[in-house]
Amino acid sequence: MNQFEYANPATVEEAVALLSAKWGETEVLAGGTDLISLLKQGIAQPRLVVGLKNVKSLSGIEAKGGAVRIGATTSLKDFIANKDVQSNFPGLVTAARNIASQQMINMGTVGGEILQRPRCWYYRNGLGLLGTKDGKSLIETGENRYHAIFANSGAAKFVHASSLAPGLVALGASLQIQGPKGARTVAAGEFFAAPKSETERESVLAPNEILTAIEIPAAGLKNGVYEIRQRTGLDWPMVAAFVAFKDNGGKAQDVRIVLGHVAPTPYHSKKGSAALEGLPITDASLANAAEAALSEATPLSGNKYKVPQAKVAIRRAGLAAPT
Amino acid sequence: MATVNWPDPSHRSLIGARISRLDGPQKASGAAKYAYDVNRPKMLHAKILWSPHPIAKVTAVDTSAVEKFPGVVAVYVEKDKKGEFPSVTYAGEIIAAVAAETEEIAQEALGQFKVTYSDIGQPLMVDRDPSKASGRDQEKLEGTPDEAFKTADKVMEGYYGLPCITHCCLESHGQVSEFKDGELSVWPSTQNVSGFAGAFTSDLEISADKIHVDTQYMGGGFGSKFAADKWGVICAKLSKQSGRPVKLMLERAQDQMIAGHRPSTYGNVKVGVKKDGSIVAMDFDVWGSGGMQTYRMPPLPYLFTKNVPYRTKGRGILTNRGLIRAWRGPNHPQAALMTICALDDAAAAIDMDPITFFKKNLAMTERAEEYAEQIDKAAELIKWKERWHARGDKTAGPIKRGVGLSIHTWGGAGHPSNCSVTINPDGSVVGRLGTQDLGTGTRTVCAIVLAETLGLPVDKVRIEIGKNSLPISGGSGGSTTVGGVSSSTRDAGTNALNILLTKASAKLGVPADKLEAWQGKIQEIGNPSKSMTWAEACGTLGSMPISAEGANPSASGVKLTSGGVGGCQMAAVAVDIETGIVTMEQLVSVQDVGVVINTKTAESQLFGGSIMGITYSLYEEAIYDPATGTMLNPDFEFYRLAGLGDIGTLTGHFMTDAKYESRGVIGIGEPAVISQGAAISNAVANAIGVRVPELPLTPDRVLNALTGGKFA
Repeated sequence: MNQFEYANPATVEEAVALLSAKWGETEVLAGGTDLISLLKQGIAQPRLVVGLKNVKSLSGIEAKGGAVRIGATTSLKDFIANKDVQSNFPGLVTAARNIASQQMINMGTVGGEILQRPRCWYYRNGLGLLGTKDGKSLIETGENRYHAIFANSGAAKFVHASSLAPGLVALGASLQIQGPKGARTVAAGEFFAAPKSETERESVLAPNEILTAIEIPAAGLKNGVYEIRQRTGLDWPMVAAFVAFKDNGGKAQDVRIVLGHVAPTPYHSKKGSAALEGLPITDASLANAAEAALSEATPLSGNKYKVPQAKVAIRRAGLAAPT
Repeated sequence: MATVNWPDPSHRSLIGARISRLDGPQKASGAAKYAYDVNRPKMLHAKILWSPHPIAKVTAVDTSAVEKFPGVVAVYVEKDKKGEFPSVTYAGEIIAAVAAETEEIAQEALGQFKVTYSDIGQPLMVDRDPSKASGRDQEKLEGTPDEAFKTADKVMEGYYGLPCITHCCLESHGQVSEFKDGELSVWPSTQNVSGFAGAFTSDLEISADKIHVDTQYMGGGFGSKFAADKWGVICAKLSKQSGRPVKLMLERAQDQMIAGHRPSTYGNVKVGVKKDGSIVAMDFDVWGSGGMQTYRMPPLPYLFTKNVPYRTKGRGILTNRGLIRAWRGPNHPQAALMTICALDDAAAAIDMDPITFFKKNLAMTERAEEYAEQIDKAAELIKWKERWHARGDKTAGPIKRGVGLSIHTWGGAGHPSNCSVTINPDGSVVGRLGTQDLGTGTRTVCAIVLAETLGLPVDKVRIEIGKNSLPISGGSGGSTTVGGVSSSTRDAGTNALNILLTKASAKLGVPADKLEAWQGKIQEIGNPSKSMTWAEACGTLGSMPISAEGANPSASGVKLTSGGVGGCQMAAVAVDIETGIVTMEQLVSVQDVGVVINTKTAESQLFGGSIMGITYSLYEEAIYDPATGTMLNPDFEFYRLAGLGDIGTLTGHFMTDAKYESRGVIGIGEPAVISQGAAISNAVANAIGVRVPELPLTPDRVLNALTGGKFA
């Protein structure tokens, strides 16, 4: 860990004003469950760390106007315990619980969970965000068993690490952002983006912007999640699926199937979602949707197994949605 | 006079009881000080700079910026005896080190070294390809297997393997060094206290008598912590150079890369069997990698070697990874996997229950009778009859259950050990020996033996261990510790007691050879009415304490320890055939152990071994990028270790009747961890109907096996 300055602002405006317009010069600290290890490993080497602990307006959960608004620095623990979250978004609660490490749940924040950096082992071991050497991808011919099976023909081959992001995309959440020019709101489905170079990151957030809140419409969507991970305790899933739909007299309407840990962003399968549209939720209809969803998968040399896993995850996520 | 024999089971008050570690509260509360916890006045912190390249030459190391870095006190650059920079053969090779006022400064200062590398080469990381083998083949031929195969009703051919893994000691390697007034004190994390000092003498130009080693507690070694190692010597040199104490503990990533690997083994196995289940011939063609060191073929066939023709061939592949070190039960887990899985597949090929099959062929092993008993006991504990079915669980749904077994052997005879026991006139007692506690409860074992010998409660004796100034005791490797230290302690305790009995004899008017120490008294054997309390007996000493030495082997000629045990493990698993996830339901360990000194810590050995065995069966693999040679999981995130939720129910049982006990005390650190790979792999094969050929049994491998290689 290199030395850095630490700032402890009390307002979002102050925090934003401290941030550099260039990635890497400054970093935002919320729960610290990701940033601290990046700092210790020397992967993040900012000159300034801006702590959000004292920005009280960023924390807390409020239900109003047909939506639940979650402050970005709300802890995962408070998120899991919140009654409005529990009654509207059981899939998200399960996804947060699946993080499995009580320490991470206690310390981690909702915003930090969404903005955590990739867990790609090339990135985490000093071989760069994209894992390239002399302009060539090390991942393509290397150890890619945990890498992307969708949207992996570009520079980024890692998978998005967030447990909550697939659910946020499926539930039509919007992300509220504060920057030097004021506030803006971005739909979760538009928020995540695959970096094309080492100097980009995994979302449309600018280096001098702060994620302030997540607003999820309480639209009565049934929702469920299923995650395949090897260990029962803290472990990164191999794949996760989030399924949300409106229950229209026993038939699924407005279906969103979003996969996690399969692409550099949460992967909204339009094909899979369409295949389930208008059908009752059964193992057979879900299996059919899963086939459609995975028909476009392009696995790498070592991760073909994730294709059948993703299919199973979709089936089990759909069946996990309380009806 | 008391004799050094182990007391008869009917006349034991402590040996074999369930006694919690005497230092458990210290360990649990943090009061116990490990090398990591040792802080000396004005201590510096050192960090190591390592090569990111697996193959390279170092042509220059510019230290000018490091030396000027605020807070840096001493800088070290690695050179060989000829004064040349190291030739790098694996990523993680030590290049330089720095000692600074704080750990953070030392870490940051590493970035100020300017190292020039040349001849950066392409590493060889893949050890699954036998065509990459080099060096001499290791071959063995017993009888005429080719002829024998012709007599087989069925010849089973299979491929099996297990990758390179690391030791994962929770306490990483390292030490605190303090060079002062021409003497060197070190507080290392080591499993070899008495034999540790020699590493420093030539490099630091200091005689061994001036080196003081102190390891009161340590957090795991598993075979990887015998030597001071390069970093230990660097730490001591930095202390000598700076004139201040220095702490150097490896970072987790470094520890994973350079502080120990277990060699891999892969190979093709052929087993010829008759319809009645008898093995007629075996053939092993195996290869593997010990990094840049010589690969040694595991002992194949494992256990089944008597009166059976076989051929073995072993080939080594050099790979650019960190050093190979002994890993708990060196080469036995590999041998068990290659042999027992192949035999299990042979049993399946003739539709035979593996228990029937293995029992039928036990005459080919060194301990047929014992294995048969152990298999029966394990079968009873795991409810084999209820749980076993022919290959492939036919019940509906994605969850398939199965059971599997394996057997194993190990030596475990006590190492040479010396102990000194002092009995003071006030009745206090201390036993001293230069052994170490790896976390297994050595201190407690010594206290139990000494207290039993003197007829005292366990908390009335004190044990001093962990210093090289104490009577020399062996390094803790190969399950040799408990046999060594319990024997030397029993011997020394008996010798000290006999001096006391002579003194008490006059006072009690009973000949010394008719006296015994029992339940806090010195008494006529079996007659408490003719007795004096321990305190009264010690009061006869006047002002001078008495002391006596003891050793393993005992000068009396009595053998208190021997080697050679067998054991059986059975696993029950549930496999989700849709996700490929293997879940442990139960692991039963039945172990032949000789005399059990402490049932509780002996069981802990079985359970700890089982957790470690489950971990290498399901999760562990040191994974490297093939192009850059970078270890990709030098952490505990993607280098997975089993957690509490992953181990299922652990069951342990010791074989302890007179036949087993007659051999004295035998260590079980290694045998506890040998069979899991084969037993769990066999259980998975029983559950899903096909063999998953390689460990760890990860979801990708399980799904791949289920689809006949579709996901490879």
